[in-house]
Amino acid sequence: MVETLRADVAVVGGGPAGVAATCRAAEAGARVVLIDEGLAPGGQIHRHLPGEQPPPKARPWLERLRRSGARLVPSAAVFDAERDGSTWLLRAAKGDSVLFIRTSRLVLATGARELFLPFPGWTLPGVIGAGAAQSLIKSGANFRGKRAVVAGTGPLLLAAAAGLAEAGAEVAFVAEQASWARLARFAADALRTPARLFEGVRYRLASARAPYRAGFWVKAAGGAGRVERAHVTDGRLKLEVACDLLCVGFGLVPNFEMARLIGCATEGSGVASGDGQETNVADVFAAGEVCGIAGVEAAVAEGEIAGLAAAGALRPDLPGVRRLISSRAKARRFGRRMAEAFRLRPELLRLAAPDTIVCRCEDVPLERLAAARSMREAKLETRSGMGPCQGRVCGAALEAIRKLGPDTVRIPLVPVPLEALAAEEAREEPP
Amino acid sequence: MRETVAIRVDGRTVAVPRGVTVAAALLGLGIEAFRTSVAGEPRGPLCGMGICFECRVSIDGLSHQRACLTLCRDGMDVVTRG
Repeated sequence: MVETLRADVAVVGGGPAGVAATCRAAEAGARVVLIDEGLAPGGQIHRHLPGEQPPPKARPWLERLRRSGARLVPSAAVFDAERDGSTWLLRAAKGDSVLFIRTSRLVLATGARELFLPFPGWTLPGVIGAGAAQSLIKSGANFRGKRAVVAGTGPLLLAAAAGLAEAGAEVAFVAEQASWARLARFAADALRTPARLFEGVRYRLASARAPYRAGFWVKAAGGAGRVERAHVTDGRLKLEVACDLLCVGFGLVPNFEMARLIGCATEGSGVASGDGQETNVADVFAAGEVCGIAGVEAAVAEGEIAGLAAAGALRPDLPGVRRLISSRAKARRFGRRMAEAFRLRPELLRLAAPDTIVCRCEDVPLERLAAARSMREAKLETRSGMGPCQGRVCGAALEAIRKLGPDTVRIPLVPVPLEALAAEEAREEPP
Repeated sequence: MRETVAIRVDGRTVAVPRGVTVAAALLGLGIEAFRTSVAGEPRGPLCGMGICFECRVSIDGLSHQRACLTLCRDGMDVVTRG
């Protein structure tokens, strides 16, 4: 089935930034369509199953979304975006339907994904992302009786450990790669933002029975056909921890594929945006983690500002807007402090052995990528990045460990059936 | 106890909790290898959020479906290791 939706503002991504942008734009009178790949709005942080209660923190925004009059399109993946005269034309696949979305303005709130660093054994079943552990738990997975090791960096590790413990797993070890000294500096900083410190403490308490070690990282995973042990080190000690789940979280990287497809400039790791969250491309705004990793509070503030701006209702002199701008600045400062505290140690970028697979779609080991000077060369010579994930996993890994820049983004942004690519917009019906 | 739905996994009919994703259901059944890689290795979910495509399975005859983004439906036919 083919359908065309028309909007003043189309928001891509239904996480905190996208939901905030949608609410603000719709409340300002714009006709808004929110397209989200998830089963229900809320993004990864507020992921919940359709028909189930969303987490308490998400409820006020999701209730506001319901009342906003915006049209919500869940389970839909945008696979193309292009200028068509005075409008933007998006194409999205939803089940076996194709949606054409014609919109005057576009808000990109495509969020972030986990950065995966290759290490020996990381392709074994049972090695999953720390965020993945949370997503799977929120999707109904039962980890009762599992023995889990959580390794990597950042507050997400504690959140994952707490989530796993609540889901019935025994958390055998939490390895935070940052040193105690860095953590102590960060904690002292976080005192200025008590809400976050409380969160941190709450997670710590929930997983208190799990040994939490700073300055430790995972070197390798072992097992026959599935993960059975994690090799953990602080550079001197070498520990072998038996486990049937190894959850790794090395930080997040922005999902900037769509932004790059339509020509948005990037700054640092994210999409560059101005005071009103506008990008360098006319009528395109960006909000949330796609602009750089700064956490949920920055995402909400940016989303609200982007929504107002996209609806033509951003008036910087209004007190409410001034508050948003100041909370955005504060949240971004916190994001920068966090990035500094949890910066990856160089040892983590050298974990992969020559025969460690880097591109999991095409099974390309590191040694075959040794000569590649760019992602393009890697693709042409090894097919790395040409599988279904389109380099979202290996591209980010190679950028981290080999400093290879990303290749040009091509459509379709996600794999879709040929029929979806070939689908044509239904002819205009007479008014 | 949660309500269940009946799905078929590799030809075997099993009861799984209603409303959960296929990825959650398979993990709950003790299945960790969802697909076989091009070099013949077993692979299972990695990102849990639709990015990595490691959890892809065949669902009702359609190949390459992301188990982490698909809800279990009564009578659904899931084939792993394709």
